[in-house]
Amino acid sequence: MAHYDFNMPVAEAQVRQLKVNDTVTLNGTLFGIRDATQIHMFDRGRKTRFDMNGHAVIHTAPNAKWVGETKSAPSGYEPICIGTTTSARMERFTRPLMSEYGVRIIIGKGGLSEGSAAAFSDIGGVYLAIVGGAAALETTWIEQIEEVDLDDLNPESLWKFRVKGFGPLLVSMDAHGGSLYTEVNQAARGRRAAALASLGVKT
Amino acid sequence: MVGSGRRSIEHEDEQVKVDLKQIEEACKELYIRALKVLPPDIKQGFARLDKTETDATGRAILGTMIKNIMVAEATDNLLCQDTGIPIYNVTIGAGVELDGYQLKQAIIKGCERATREYPLRSSVVHPVTRKNEHTSCGRSVPVIHIDFVPDADTLTIEMIPKGSGSENNSFLKMAVPADGIDAIKTFVVDCVLDAGGKTCPPTIVGVGVGGTADLCVHLSKVAATRPLGSKCDDPEGAKLEIDLSKAVNQLGVGPQGLGGDSTSFAVHIETAATHITMNPVAVNMQCHSARRARATFTPQGLTYGF
Repeated sequence: MAHYDFNMPVAEAQVRQLKVNDTVTLNGTLFGIRDATQIHMFDRGRKTRFDMNGHAVIHTAPNAKWVGETKSAPSGYEPICIGTTTSARMERFTRPLMSEYGVRIIIGKGGLSEGSAAAFSDIGGVYLAIVGGAAALETTWIEQIEEVDLDDLNPESLWKFRVKGFGPLLVSMDAHGGSLYTEVNQAARGRRAAALASLGVKT
Repeated sequence: MVGSGRRSIEHEDEQVKVDLKQIEEACKELYIRALKVLPPDIKQGFARLDKTETDATGRAILGTMIKNIMVAEATDNLLCQDTGIPIYNVTIGAGVELDGYQLKQAIIKGCERATREYPLRSSVVHPVTRKNEHTSCGRSVPVIHIDFVPDADTLTIEMIPKGSGSENNSFLKMAVPADGIDAIKTFVVDCVLDAGGKTCPPTIVGVGVGGTADLCVHLSKVAATRPLGSKCDDPEGAKLEIDLSKAVNQLGVGPQGLGGDSTSFAVHIETAATHITMNPVAVNMQCHSARRARATFTPQGLTYGF
């Protein structure tokens, strides 16, 4: 269990060295992406002007306040409360995010499935678990909303955040087929019969 | 509890009248309050799990959640980015007189104003066009439930911002009588396994038992949003609560589905009579950010609590 501090973007070798149960803290650029953002990017042919090569995306749709473009809020938005959402809904977008845009790290909660695990292993990527429902804390790791694209989808725009000390986040899926979610899920299913027996249910 | 000092219900003959403008203000205030401060029973629930969790990852995650509660209060910020689907549960005392239609309009207006004026992320879209009006409102949303109680002079409004991570893990099974109570127990255990980390555990697992299909699902939501430490007032349901709470916490799903003892704060049950041919069971879960806020209007004024 090692800890890594990443200044974004990162190279393939940096994510391939990560193993499940390692921790990572990010500095620099982080992109925010959500259901509608990816539906429009991958199902409806829209493109972003952002270069996401080697970068991390977090599954999010923030609470942000429009204040007009200023020096401290170059995008015109100030962050109010920014956290994460359940990743599983966006499972099918992992591979195109990586193969078409060069994304290396996906951050979210609840984990992703086999398709994403295969993409992490084939292309070189990881999933980092951030604590869902802890957005007040996580907002303190965000310095600024630098830019925003596809903003007609607000709040599901494509957000470009500048972060400092964003973590520690837990490597819960790595590029070697490791997944804490699969491990925990299999162990939990292994305890199903005992749990039902404790309730007097015959299986 | 904070008193506003202003009289919100005026006596007039035998009836009492409620100020609709104040209801609108309260519905705005309730949404923002609910998003920022967790009820004491949920905080106590965290303290209890924090003492008993044996898994290192589980302990670290619970620690982050507890820290987040403190940061939200210290920075006067929202606990979670998900502003949820707004739900308002209204109970009207026997002596309270009001125009029901105007009451609903005041609730909608308050919800809309909280969203625009704070501003909050509007998490509500049209189900087909996916258009977001940026008001947290839309067709039949906010969800409003109205009930009547014998307490003569009291009107209460409970506000629940229901997060989607937990709401997306809602399940109904129309079991048959031959499946018996075992079908209910098995269904609850399997729903907790299927939901895994997607519901943001530790959760409150709400279970509806009996009724019609829609009533059963509604009861599961009532159960999921009840305060921790409260008991089902049907002794059969109360017994099931104890047994199922123990059983789901044997599974080891843990905080955020990353392993540990703290899968759920509790399993809550609500029951209703059902048909001789039916044995329905529904599960609705509440995430660890089990937010709710309450406004109570009496002739003495308006107070806020949980």
